[in-house]
Amino acid sequence: MLDKVVFYFFAGLAVLSAILVVTRRNVVHSAIFLITALLATAGIFLQLHAEFLFAVQIILYVGGIMVLFIFVIMLVNLDVALHQVQFNRQTLLALLLTLALAAQLGLGLRLGRSVMFAPARPGPLEPNTELVGRTLFQNYMLPFEIASILLLVAMIGAVVMAKKKV
Amino acid sequence: MHSVYFLDHIWLIPLFPLAGAALMLLIGRRLPNNAVSTICVGSVFVSFVFALGAVVQLFGLPAEQRVVERILFEWVPAGPMHTSAGQLVSFVADWGFLLDPLSSVMVLVVTGVGFLIHFYSIGYMGHEGGYYRFFGYMNLFMFSMLTLVLANNMLLMFVGWEGVGLCSYLLIGFYFLRKSAADAGKKAFLVNRIGDAGFMLGIFLTVGTLGTIKFTEFGPALAAGHFAVGAPVLVAIGLLLFVGATGKSAQIPLYVWLPDAMEGPTPVSALIHAATMVTAGVYMVTRHNAIYQMAPFALEVVAVIGALTAIFAATMGLLQNDIKRVLAYSTISQLGYMFLACGVGAYVAGIFHLMTHAFFKALLFLGSGSVIHALSGEQDMRKMGALWGKIPATAKTFVIGAVAIAGIPPLAGFFSKDEILGKAFEHSPLLWIIGFVTAGMTAFYMFRLVNMTFFGNSRVPHDVEHHIQESPKTMTVPLMVLAVLSVIGGWIGWPAALGGSNRFERFLEPVISRPMAEHAEAAATHASAMEYLLMLASIAIALAGIWLARLLYLQRAELPGKIAASWPRLYKLVYNKYYVDQIYDAMFVNRAKDLGTTLGAFDTNVIDGLGVDGAGWLTRFTSRLSIWWDTWIVDGSVNLAARMVWIVSFPVRMVQTGLVSSYALLIVIGLLIFLGYYLHPLRELRTLFH
Amino acid sequence: MIPTSHYLFLSLALFTIGVIGVLTRRNVIIILMSIELILNAVNINLIAFSRMFGSVDGQIFALFVITDAAAEAAVGLGIIIAFFRNRETVLADEMDILKW
Repeated sequence: MLDKVVFYFFAGLAVLSAILVVTRRNVVHSAIFLITALLATAGIFLQLHAEFLFAVQIILYVGGIMVLFIFVIMLVNLDVALHQVQFNRQTLLALLLTLALAAQLGLGLRLGRSVMFAPARPGPLEPNTELVGRTLFQNYMLPFEIASILLLVAMIGAVVMAKKKV
Repeated sequence: MHSVYFLDHIWLIPLFPLAGAALMLLIGRRLPNNAVSTICVGSVFVSFVFALGAVVQLFGLPAEQRVVERILFEWVPAGPMHTSAGQLVSFVADWGFLLDPLSSVMVLVVTGVGFLIHFYSIGYMGHEGGYYRFFGYMNLFMFSMLTLVLANNMLLMFVGWEGVGLCSYLLIGFYFLRKSAADAGKKAFLVNRIGDAGFMLGIFLTVGTLGTIKFTEFGPALAAGHFAVGAPVLVAIGLLLFVGATGKSAQIPLYVWLPDAMEGPTPVSALIHAATMVTAGVYMVTRHNAIYQMAPFALEVVAVIGALTAIFAATMGLLQNDIKRVLAYSTISQLGYMFLACGVGAYVAGIFHLMTHAFFKALLFLGSGSVIHALSGEQDMRKMGALWGKIPATAKTFVIGAVAIAGIPPLAGFFSKDEILGKAFEHSPLLWIIGFVTAGMTAFYMFRLVNMTFFGNSRVPHDVEHHIQESPKTMTVPLMVLAVLSVIGGWIGWPAALGGSNRFERFLEPVISRPMAEHAEAAATHASAMEYLLMLASIAIALAGIWLARLLYLQRAELPGKIAASWPRLYKLVYNKYYVDQIYDAMFVNRAKDLGTTLGAFDTNVIDGLGVDGAGWLTRFTSRLSIWWDTWIVDGSVNLAARMVWIVSFPVRMVQTGLVSSYALLIVIGLLIFLGYYLHPLRELRTLFH
Repeated sequence: MIPTSHYLFLSLALFTIGVIGVLTRRNVIIILMSIELILNAVNINLIAFSRMFGSVDGQIFALFVITDAAAEAAVGLGIIIAFFRNRETVLADEMDILKW
């Protein structure tokens, strides 16, 4: 019972926030609602017994990425954008196509329900953090190193992109 | 004893003047006048020597053998052919020369008188430009005339015939910068050409009928063909040949060129239009006497035309004022006499008159040249007079010539003219009357000329009178020689009726065919009384003419004017030569010009228009088609290809908006398609509702 | 127990909203935010399946996705700043230099 309530609460919050992200005129408002959406998503993670990712989501995503977003929003001139048209010319077409895509994916989900929806088997996921850590550093060492290189490249790239031309 | 050197070399006779002409053509321009005279006059003299030698050697042969042929080379090779009479003959035409009594008379006249005239020309043409050209043409003429006279077949004679026609054109138009001279040359050549067409047709018909064109073979060919006397084909040959003769010898209707031919220098008039070329027609008719004897109708035509021409020309000569024109009409008239003679069968008389006429007509022409020379170029008799004392040699020789032509014995003209009149009377009294009246007119107009020129009051303009002087020896010596010949030339034909032996007739007798000769023999025996009567009548009418001339032009000089005023229309008609030239112009010359204009218009409009312009139009048209093709089809294909690319690329291009949003949309579209394919949504939708 | 399908439909909903945001909005910052939404939807999907199969691989994958999202956001925002310095605009419609 509690599961359901929690789930529907976080799910509703996530969807609502997402819709607001996409529709706000003020960019800062969109950012704030993205934060709430991410927090809701973190809640979903928690409900799925993925404690590590719940923490990582909040610290990294909300604390890192969204702060970065806010910085950039501040750097960029907001006042002008406030009075301009928000939705581009292909909005209607995009809506139609996206809903078609959603319908297709929904259909796919419905069709595969017999395969997908076996009940969950709790146990092997506990304790979560140790498990994630052990698997990460034992089985997925290479992707880990590559991910670190990726981060290095991204860092360099961001610095190069953002610096003034000398 | 009897050498035949000259006889063997008769083919050289035409070649000496030919060499002279060739030298003039090649280097004449650079030679001094003396050299030109020496070469050209010398060549004619050498020809005369050879001719004289050949005739002497011919005379040495017995009468039946006086037919000498020398073939130079075979010209038209022998080939078998069927004549229209059905015989198989071998036709051949050589470049061959024939010397018999007839051609010996001709060759001596041509070379002898020709030499005298060449000699005279040294003085007459001495101050003219184109001296070498004159003598070159004269020598070329001598070559052609000698070839004509010595030819042994019709074709070679035609070569000479054409050659003299050409030289006549060249020499008449000698002063080519003068339009009247150039026109006269053209007229002479064109009218001659009409006659030549007749001659050629005659040659062709002879080839077809007799199978031969050699003069010596006519007799045998006619006999072998079994032709009846008066056969139409022979009459046709005779008439066609006579057409050629009318052209060359200035008879009706082709005489119109001869008066205009006086535009040429006087020696030319003397040589060509008095002594030699114009006589070629008479010679040609005589040469073909074998054929003519078998065609009496043709002979009638010859005689009638000859007689009519004689009287017709004489009437025109009565009123002319240019001294040379009078002599020209006189020539036409005398030629008429010669044809009259041939037409009545008296070929010998015709040739006799040809010879004597050559002497006194050449004398008269050269004399008139001397008069013109003395008067610094004046030719109108109305501006002459009282020249007897001033140019004695010319005047005396001239009067001798006038007396000769009038027919006063014992000068040459009497014997030959009298023989013609006699034979004419035997044939037809009507023809005799025409000839008789003409003789009177001849005497009249000749002495009219003499009185107006040499006697009476001087009508010479003052400035010309100062320069009157006698001509140089080079001119007067030939005059004297010709005067002597005019006196004694007739004596070799002294008729039997007056006690002579008529050696001329006997010399020429073998040349004439048998049929008429018998007739002539029979007639000669019993007409002696008539003969005397006719002789006296001739002398009488000649004296009457001389008396009338003296009356009208010396004693009562006002009479001619009054007579002219009484019959003004008749006077005008005769003075304008019966408007024959104008009639010919309207009937033929202008029609020919019209044809030329029409053909020219045809050429311009049809040939040039359709052909040339048409070709041009066609080219432009096809080029326009080509341009259209090029622009629309070829370029069109290229442009179409480009436009196809443009059209095909259009949607592709439109995709490149540069907008990230649209690219993202395309990604979504791609995803839709991908999922649509792999999820089989439509198929699965059905299972969903089962 | 919440059936996995619920999580999947939630993921689908977030994904759809994210796609709409990417395709529709003119402001590139909001486009980037929408991309973050999409990535989050994927994460939910991964973790749901990881729970369903009892395998931790899904969570590791999701970790990598978060890492990648961070890197991408950093670089993307750097590009936006660079572009804004040159063209004074953050509107995607005006960034069309690479058009035909």
